[in-house]
Amino acid sequence: MTLGVAPESEGVTSPRRNGEPLLALDDLYVEFRGRRQTVAALNGLSYSVAAGETLAVVGESGSGKSVSAQAVMGILDCPPARIRRGEIRYRGTDILRLPERQRRKLRATKIAMVFQDALSALNPVYTVGEQIAEMFRVHRGDSHGEARRKAIEMMERVRIPDARRRVGDYPHQFSGGMRQRIMIAVALALDPEVLIADEPTTALDVTVQAQIMKLLRELKDESNLALILITHDLGVVAEVADRIAVVYAGQVVEEAPVGPLFASPAHPYTKGLIASIPRLGHRGERLPTLRGAPPTLAAPPTGCPFSPRCPYAQPVCVDNVPPLRDVLPSRRSACHFAEQVLADA
Amino acid sequence: MTEPVAADQAMAAGQPALLAELAEGSLRRDAWLVLRRKPEFFLSATLILVMLFVGAFPGAVAGLFGHGDPRVCDLARSGGGPSSGHPFGYDLQGCDLYANVIYGARPSISIGLLTTVTSFVVSAVLGIVAGYHGGIVDALVSRVMDVFFGFPFILGGIIILTAFPDRKVWTIALVLALFSWPTGTRLMRSSALALRDADYVLAARALGASSPRIMFRHVFPNAVAPLLVLSTLAVGGIIAAEASLTFLGVGLRLPAISWGLQLSVAQGYLRQYPHMLFFPALFLSLTVLGFILLGDALRDAFDPKLR
Repeated sequence: MTLGVAPESEGVTSPRRNGEPLLALDDLYVEFRGRRQTVAALNGLSYSVAAGETLAVVGESGSGKSVSAQAVMGILDCPPARIRRGEIRYRGTDILRLPERQRRKLRATKIAMVFQDALSALNPVYTVGEQIAEMFRVHRGDSHGEARRKAIEMMERVRIPDARRRVGDYPHQFSGGMRQRIMIAVALALDPEVLIADEPTTALDVTVQAQIMKLLRELKDESNLALILITHDLGVVAEVADRIAVVYAGQVVEEAPVGPLFASPAHPYTKGLIASIPRLGHRGERLPTLRGAPPTLAAPPTGCPFSPRCPYAQPVCVDNVPPLRDVLPSRRSACHFAEQVLADA
Repeated sequence: MTEPVAADQAMAAGQPALLAELAEGSLRRDAWLVLRRKPEFFLSATLILVMLFVGAFPGAVAGLFGHGDPRVCDLARSGGGPSSGHPFGYDLQGCDLYANVIYGARPSISIGLLTTVTSFVVSAVLGIVAGYHGGIVDALVSRVMDVFFGFPFILGGIIILTAFPDRKVWTIALVLALFSWPTGTRLMRSSALALRDADYVLAARALGASSPRIMFRHVFPNAVAPLLVLSTLAVGGIIAAEASLTFLGVGLRLPAISWGLQLSVAQGYLRQYPHMLFFPALFLSLTVLGFILLGDALRDAFDPKLR
């Protein structure tokens, strides 16, 4: 297929819930080359997302979840970063092999991204209206007036009250939650099909967090977006995601629909994560924790990266890397003893 | 969706003061508010406007006392002191000194502005490209800058200008610009370097902006304030440098009219005709003072730390 600007379907596109992935990361290897050491940030990471679906990519700091988003958006700093292997397929085309011009066109018009901290992700010297309008002017060639009108429309779409008056305000004049809405408006301006939200609510307090998540879900339903939600907050995930990909040491260790994953994890790491969520009734006890620390990716352990911390670990785990395999219909786990972990739950 | 929105707005109400101070978005507006309250801003702005007017329309000002032509000379009056119709007296050739000083403003100010604008543009472009792209481009620009930093400004000017026997305003401006661009470039480069990894630059890239667009629409406006201040301060220095070069005999040449030339001639007759030195020097100092005061005021206005 060609990746020029395809004729835009205005408004709501027809639902395409046929399971065909819209965006797929396949066996991605990314490394950062320092002067003294090379850090392997992604080690064969794969996940995919279909239209109308929300995939949550969950992992702790340094697990590589943000790097995967940056690889998709083409904003990895190369060097020191280098994509060693793998494909990122959008509608079947490997975008890593596209010339830079086409890739740039693809960003924003097809795949867009929302950043964690909206205050630093919005340019302080332009009004929010100008920044939303810039999308229409640059990518669509709209006139100033036309772009401004559409900018106000977008601000209304992300439920910013009194948009007509606030279109001329600067980012610092908005509250954290409103700024995040502006960020979302910029990202969704050109009706992309895939939206990547990298910790969109981490910088916000809990009430506002809930509002932003609700907004994202509503917008996703309105335009049948494929939403990739990168987060370390399992609470957020449980509410909005359809599927979860758990990332550890630069690879997906478990992938499953939300319900089953919380009910019966198929990987010891997921199991440990879920066990460490505080619950009602746990009063007065110490929370269970995962022993040890995540591996340094400059010198990853041989075999399964989780083996040093794993209660199920056997000699085979140090010798062989467990592949990500189907353990149940629509459930995949990268553990030699997935069946046993499942049974224990 | 109304209640959460209201909560959001309430949150905003709690922190605007802090945010306004932190954010750069209001920088230009804040700067203007600060400037408005500064007497030295109005003093310097008035000085500069007057000098600019004199430089642009010397004919209109020179005739104020009835002897507006700087080339009407009477050798019998050589070195004569101030008298009726000739408030500044006469120069060595017996020409009206007031008219000469007025006509001398144009070359000085043109050289000052031309040099500054040239080196501003060069600094902005090279600094941003070097800072934003880094790598080999940055290495190249930085090394060339180092070479030029090694030359003493005046010495470099003397060496190159001696090679041009026919010196015009623009020759001198270009030579001065040749030695003044590295300072601004270094400043711009460091600003761009700091902004390269700013989230909004990353966001612009993620949203499909091209490199030139990011550099000049997103990095430039956020990085330009220090360069603007530096350039305003530099105008005064450049005007003084032009006078120095002319005084040393490598600037403009007679029969051109300029403050530097007038000073150069007057220097030999300081004890007999002090007024010949005093008046051009006064105008030169006032102009330089105007630009330096304006630069100072701008620096204070753009630097939130000094508030």
